[in-house]
Amino acid sequence: MRIICITLICFSTLTLWAQKDIQKKIQTQLIEATDGSTVELPEGIFQFDASLSLDGKRNVTIKGAGENKTILNFKRQISGAEGIKITNAFNITVQDLTVQDTKGDGIKTQLVEGITFKNVKAEWTNGGQKDNGGYGLYPVQCTNVLIDGCSAVGASDAGIYVGQSKHIIVRNSKAYNNVAGIEIENSWYADVYDNEAYDNTGGILVFDLPDLIQKEGGYVRVFKNNIHDNNHINFAPKGNTVGKVPQGTGVMILATRHVEVFENKIVNNISIGTAIASYFITENPINDTSYHPYPSDIFIHNNYYERPHVKTTSKGRMGKMFRFKLHMGKNVPHILFDGIENPNMKDRNICIKNNQNQSFINIDAGNKFKNRSNDLKAFDCEQQPIKAVELSASE
Amino acid sequence: MKKRIVILCIGLLIVSFFSFRSNGSVERKDTLSAYGFFNGVLAKLEPAEGVVLYNLNTPLFSNYTEKLRFIKLPEGMQAVYNDSSVFTFPIGTVLIKNFYYPNDFRKPEKGRRILETRLLVNTEGGWEAWPYLWNDEQTEAFYDPAGETKTITYIDKAGKRITTPYAIPNKNQCKGCHIKDKIMVPIGPSARQLNGDLQSASGKQNQLTYWKEKGMLTALNDIHTSPKMAVWDDAATGNVNDRARAYLDSNCGHCHSKLGPANTSGLFLDIHEKDPAHLGINKSPVAAGRGAGDLQFDIVPGQPQHSILVFRMKALDPAIAMPEIGREQVHKEGVALIEEWIRKNTF
Repeated sequence: MRIICITLICFSTLTLWAQKDIQKKIQTQLIEATDGSTVELPEGIFQFDASLSLDGKRNVTIKGAGENKTILNFKRQISGAEGIKITNAFNITVQDLTVQDTKGDGIKTQLVEGITFKNVKAEWTNGGQKDNGGYGLYPVQCTNVLIDGCSAVGASDAGIYVGQSKHIIVRNSKAYNNVAGIEIENSWYADVYDNEAYDNTGGILVFDLPDLIQKEGGYVRVFKNNIHDNNHINFAPKGNTVGKVPQGTGVMILATRHVEVFENKIVNNISIGTAIASYFITENPINDTSYHPYPSDIFIHNNYYERPHVKTTSKGRMGKMFRFKLHMGKNVPHILFDGIENPNMKDRNICIKNNQNQSFINIDAGNKFKNRSNDLKAFDCEQQPIKAVELSASE
Repeated sequence: MKKRIVILCIGLLIVSFFSFRSNGSVERKDTLSAYGFFNGVLAKLEPAEGVVLYNLNTPLFSNYTEKLRFIKLPEGMQAVYNDSSVFTFPIGTVLIKNFYYPNDFRKPEKGRRILETRLLVNTEGGWEAWPYLWNDEQTEAFYDPAGETKTITYIDKAGKRITTPYAIPNKNQCKGCHIKDKIMVPIGPSARQLNGDLQSASGKQNQLTYWKEKGMLTALNDIHTSPKMAVWDDAATGNVNDRARAYLDSNCGHCHSKLGPANTSGLFLDIHEKDPAHLGINKSPVAAGRGAGDLQFDIVPGQPQHSILVFRMKALDPAIAMPEIGREQVHKEGVALIEEWIRKNTF
């Protein structure tokens, strides 16, 4: 017995040492990577106690042996607010690997021109818990962002989150068990298509928030996605804006302009199929005088809606609103507009047309919900289609 | 003909000699001792000729380490003074920062353990960070860009035995703090930080005066008009607001400023920030993830217990803790200052 114990202790110490060596080796490779090189990560599960970082590089690929074959696990992490951080770089690809159980964000990329995630998974293995990190895949202040064939699971904010970026494609990806599945925030020119977002609190969110460097976003297309069963309880920390998203939300457009949502399947999301809301719905104060809190130029068309005959959530501030102000019972309309008027813009160009099973409510939230209406007449219009995103070719 | 060639050669030699000198560039070496910054036993950190010790009024907290800072300017060259930001240093300047723990904080004579020496070198291509890790024997420090985590034990000021992980940052993480508008820069040596006394063998002297007298600094006219930052833990140097703003500037402002890497958050804590919302007052967090806790605003005037700023300073979880690196322990005294500042509500 004693020998077994000693052997076990020796073995575990050895593997720990080996892990520490691998951490150092990979980090050194990332620091020394030359222009045009590929840092190959072998198959296996590797433990890290600190973030890995790539900085100031051009044309570098970080490549594993496969999404579920190369697993970087950060459960024992004691330093760094993300698993992998990529900064101040040009044309970087991360592919064929999984980042697990980071304390903060999974993979954060900041100030990168040309960032591709392909077949990458960011996950928290214990499912949706409030102690999980905020974002799975997290490009911020980047241009030419491609997220293709990726997965994000269990983020306490957003699984796939693109913030303050320009020229973005998110496709063929899956997001589940997150608070927000996929979120495009304060970003310009984004195409989000052929994704599956399910079992999140909210499936796909397009947000514009105040107080940021990149002030506003727009020209976002959300199409051909399968957005279903996003009824996960909201487990975001309270202060975060996504903490206000009601459980059971398919798509939410918050304060963003020029958004087209079409040909999606938006199914079995119990509270709202598609929401169009101003920032006032968050009840947060606005200190930023240059911020536009109203959504406009919105086109919701040719989507398929379906929901079970059940009540909305009654949780959170929005749940209270459903329950005590809107009195919808089990007949919940698919599309919700907050109806808060912009005094400076009478015609907001919000068009809702040709959706299968479409139903609608204007909740008149700016007027104590007094003049609620299901009348779509004022929204029966069309918008010019938004142009497809083209990522500029890398050098 | 031969004579002319010889003269030409000598001429070339002289030219190349002078261009080499004025260029003053420093090459990276594998060991710290190879630079010759220190005389005698390396671990004593006795500065060689031309290597000058300096202090900052309010330094960055780094997991309770003590720091010894030195500067080496290329021979005959000077830093250029300005009032508001870090001085302009000539190419070839090396800033040498040594991180150590006294074995017993109450008894410095019991020795110390030096963990790392970080060189910030102004090269032709801009500033670069070269980290050196000390060996356990304390005889040498070796260039190591990858960083690592060590376990440290020491006796703190209260006589308590502390065992703490100490994460030595990697080269990229150095840049994580030292970057401003995409360019790597030093953080410490500005007028407001250096405008204070340095105790040396020859007595007490103001550092700016000393630098000027030694010919290390140009463009400084009158030291009496130079800004002076409060010493965060010395009430004689400023009121709570001055000291809290000094602390936030040194510990947060390098990232949390309009041109720093944390500008994505809209929270700016550098000493120049005047806008209350950007300073965090009743400001909602952005992309803070779990960092927000269950709190609504970065700073709630009068209520440190409801302010995200304090929550994150008190956290050890790497997803929440601020600053993001060098914070394996909570800086209790720093937290107390910021709590007092928010409670008194005299922003």
